Amino acid sequence: MPKITYIEHDGTRHEVEAETGMTVMEAAVKNAVPGIEAECGGACSCATCHVYVDDSWREATGQPDEMEEDMLDFAFDVRESSRLSCQIKVTDALDGLVVQVPEKQF
Amino acid sequence: MSGDVIKTDAVIVGAGPVGLFAVFELGLLDIKADLVDILDKPGGQCAELYPEKPIYDIPALPVVSGQELTDRLMEQIKPFDPTFHLQQRVDELEPLKGGGFRLKTDIGTQFEATVVVIAAGGGSFTPKRPPLKDIEQFEDTSVFYSVRQIEEFQDKTIVIAGGGDSALDWTHALHPVANRIILVHRREEFRAAPDSVNKMRALADAGEMDFVIGQVMELHGDDARLEAVSIRGKDGEMVRTECDVLLPFFGLTMKLGPVANWGLNLHENLIPVDTEKFETSTEGIFAIGDINTYPGKLKLILSGFHEAALMAKQAHRYVHPDARYVFQYTTSSSSIHKKLGVK
Repeated sequence: MPKITYIEHDGTRHEVEAETGMTVMEAAVKNAVPGIEAECGGACSCATCHVYVDDSWREATGQPDEMEEDMLDFAFDVRESSRLSCQIKVTDALDGLVVQVPEKQF
Repeated sequence: MSGDVIKTDAVIVGAGPVGLFAVFELGLLDIKADLVDILDKPGGQCAELYPEKPIYDIPALPVVSGQELTDRLMEQIKPFDPTFHLQQRVDELEPLKGGGFRLKTDIGTQFEATVVVIAAGGGSFTPKRPPLKDIEQFEDTSVFYSVRQIEEFQDKTIVIAGGGDSALDWTHALHPVANRIILVHRREEFRAAPDSVNKMRALADAGEMDFVIGQVMELHGDDARLEAVSIRGKDGEMVRTECDVLLPFFGLTMKLGPVANWGLNLHENLIPVDTEKFETSTEGIFAIGDINTYPGKLKLILSGFHEAALMAKQAHRYVHPDARYVFQYTTSSSSIHKKLGVK
């Protein structure tokens, strides 16, 4: 099972095992990773599962589509590496993925 | 209409799917309902957050979108002719001496109801507050999430943050009175009516306002008076921009809101109820759907529907104390058919 590491704003690391097919948001919620709220439950409708994808993984995770880019307008402190974790599907290619959780969701 | 008190059997707080279905269950028992919702349309989260998104766990509907579910519920409750009071929030709820309750909304609509059904889901939709340091101290003096009176912004230098219709609509509405409008959005593209965007770009090109690509990251000022904001541009540089007012428009989130002040027992922002009547700690006030909690609770629409049916049975005792509750099936009851207009 692919491993995903979530790094909190204060540097705390959470390494979790995710199942392929679930989203990076779901893997976080299932493993009680703090800071990923996912208020809308994964419908790309709230921007409270915002993460920064580690630079070395940005190519593998790809770019946000138009809907996600629109929704990122509702996130805080959006950067080049910003993604909504509910829109990143876990695949074997993402084994080892590292994402940072922002200090605050909106 | 303020001043007139609307007398009704039941006020349902929240017009999401569960609030809508409560109209049906109450209606079957001859209980007339009025619904109040902060949004401008019925459907709650289904209509506001995911109108296009498919739902797969509504019994007998293998797949249905949030909007279609709402539309179908509206059709189903039509025979009971509920009254909707939209774009308002119930702020006050207090018991009446002779039984029943008095409710008042933020825009002054008043009700007297025998029972109250709280079907408020995740709470009331409220504007998102950007997590900027010290933003609380400027709220209602220099930072506003909505505009009540345009005149209050006369000759002000206003930073409007956001890229949706609200940000653009208020840019245009305030432009004629403001000293200067500075619209701050993180990218070139907007998620808003193209006309409105084009009009804004024309104003910016003509030098009549500023459009800055960036994000507001810091607030500066004394006490409650804002003096400037720092905007981080695309290049990562922070630029200090003098202003009197900041209007952040970053969509809506759900907060429990005034429900917390109604004297009900709460548990982690949810309302504990029993599983026989779905009644709160106050007799005659019920809580159904996502806002309630009880052992084994699942926040599913289908659970809310079930809760509505059992709630209605108890509400019937309060609203029609002299009438005997008769359990009936919609398939065969001639009196129900009459209510539903079945010929």
